Amino acid sequence: MTLNILEISYLIASLTFILGLKMLSNPDSARKGNLIAAAGMLIAIIATITLYQDYDSGKLINYGLIFLGLIIGTVIGTIMAKKVQMTSMPQMVSFFNGMGGACAALIAIIEFQHHQHSTVTGFDGELLVMLLGLLIGSVSFSGSIIAYGKLEGKIQDKVLPLNQVISMVMLGAIVVLIVYQMVSGSDPLLFYVLLGIALVYGVLFVMPIGGADMPVVISLLNSFTGMAAAFGGFLYGNKAMLTGGILVGSAGTILTILMCKAMNRSLTNVLLGAFGGAAAGGAKSASGDQTVREINISDTAVLLSYSQSVVIVPGYGLAVAQAQHICHELEKLLEEKGVEVNYAIHPVAGRMPGHMNVLLAEADVPYERMQEMEEINSKFANTDVVVVIGANDVVNPAAKNDPSSPIYGMPILEVDQAKNVIILKRGMAAGYAGIENELFFYPKTRMLFGDAKATLQKLTAEVKEV
Amino acid sequence: MEQVLSYIGENMEMVYFLLLAILLGVEVISNVPAILHTPLMSGANAIHGVVVVGAIIVMLQASPDNYLALSVGFLAVLVGTLNVIGGFVVTDRMLEMFKKKPKKS
Repeated sequence: MTLNILEISYLIASLTFILGLKMLSNPDSARKGNLIAAAGMLIAIIATITLYQDYDSGKLINYGLIFLGLIIGTVIGTIMAKKVQMTSMPQMVSFFNGMGGACAALIAIIEFQHHQHSTVTGFDGELLVMLLGLLIGSVSFSGSIIAYGKLEGKIQDKVLPLNQVISMVMLGAIVVLIVYQMVSGSDPLLFYVLLGIALVYGVLFVMPIGGADMPVVISLLNSFTGMAAAFGGFLYGNKAMLTGGILVGSAGTILTILMCKAMNRSLTNVLLGAFGGAAAGGAKSASGDQTVREINISDTAVLLSYSQSVVIVPGYGLAVAQAQHICHELEKLLEEKGVEVNYAIHPVAGRMPGHMNVLLAEADVPYERMQEMEEINSKFANTDVVVVIGANDVVNPAAKNDPSSPIYGMPILEVDQAKNVIILKRGMAAGYAGIENELFFYPKTRMLFGDAKATLQKLTAEVKEV
Repeated sequence: MEQVLSYIGENMEMVYFLLLAILLGVEVISNVPAILHTPLMSGANAIHGVVVVGAIIVMLQASPDNYLALSVGFLAVLVGTLNVIGGFVVTDRMLEMFKKKPKKS
């Protein structure tokens, strides 16, 4: 009886996960979808605690520890999630992902202790599932923590000598260790050696990957954790864990591929870090004798005020300067003057696909004003002024007309089609990919140097005066 | 080899389940607009926190005098909960901003 209720609870939880994911892919229902999945999770957790039957009872201490863990986790998790800045969202997701990976690995460790006492002859599927859960969980954990540290700026990009070779050797060792244990039975020492190698492998896996590619890696690690959770589900024959884990595993993989597509890179390319090497070659195309034309704030204000249509291209620089609110301010002001203002959002603007939309939405920018690349590209020819704020690589024409450029082939916002381009920038530093942008030297381009927030504040004040 | 096959045969139901769930995962999100990639990733991140259910099962199975299992299991419940709660709250915070606001003008 209770067992059936438990199974039905898992069924409901599985359905909410599917429904939740589905609703998350539509802007109107997304929030509700998240809540539905959360409700399903609550059902699964409560049902497990109250209905899961085991051989003996009277384990007060166990229940006590479970509740303690749940309470502490809830409090810390809520505080962290509430306090985090919107700009730091990617690393927060990475951190929570790492926690999930750690959970899966810890489960595998305990189950391995139990497994020691069992005597299985022949093919030991349970052991294989355990080893894989341990492996993927630990890689996901250490990888996510490194990704978190890198995005927080606590860990510097560093390519160890022979990183590639060491990684390959470790991968080989992992395979050998798993195969060996499958053939000759489980061995506690080798189990912990495997754990150690997996943790180090996770570090080496993420370490050489450049900052711009971090979202892809986080998404990949996210699907890893999903798989690790699914292995746990397989171990217990637990349907809720299976559905949740597999769904995330496959959805996460698709999402990773979508992100790579948006950057016109292949996954192998990202993982092998070819970007860093190629960028050095591409940077040479910048010759010293080209000059940029500057524009001052009052000229910019006049130009904007007397335009018909303005498109703002926000980049990560805008987010770092926390300038999204003042940017919205400027947009409203121009609207009042009868100027049509839109935002052009490159798929990988910000640090993750969709990150920029979140940041702009935080500043109350209406959803309808944020236009995706395909829509807006056809409109640039009829745009009077494009204002690029803290974006660089996503508007670099080299992606279209310089086959030697490392970003060649990446879809870009074709702002060079517009009548005027104003670029807000701190200085002449290259973008994330480390390549020069010839757009800055175009005759129709004007540079407006300075901190994005301060400049926009001054600009808004000027526009009021016009 | 025969043993591997028989293991798969014994767990055929699970294998079906696995394959269908993979296809479902692909299907469910293949039409997502780029604007929602970040919230979706974050939401998916929270969903795989279901692994905490496994941690709870471990705790329920552990005998009360097995301190190693209890302490490791406790840690697992803790980090698993972090994943679930943190994941859902962060996602909710992101999506809260997509709410359509009434026009002020």
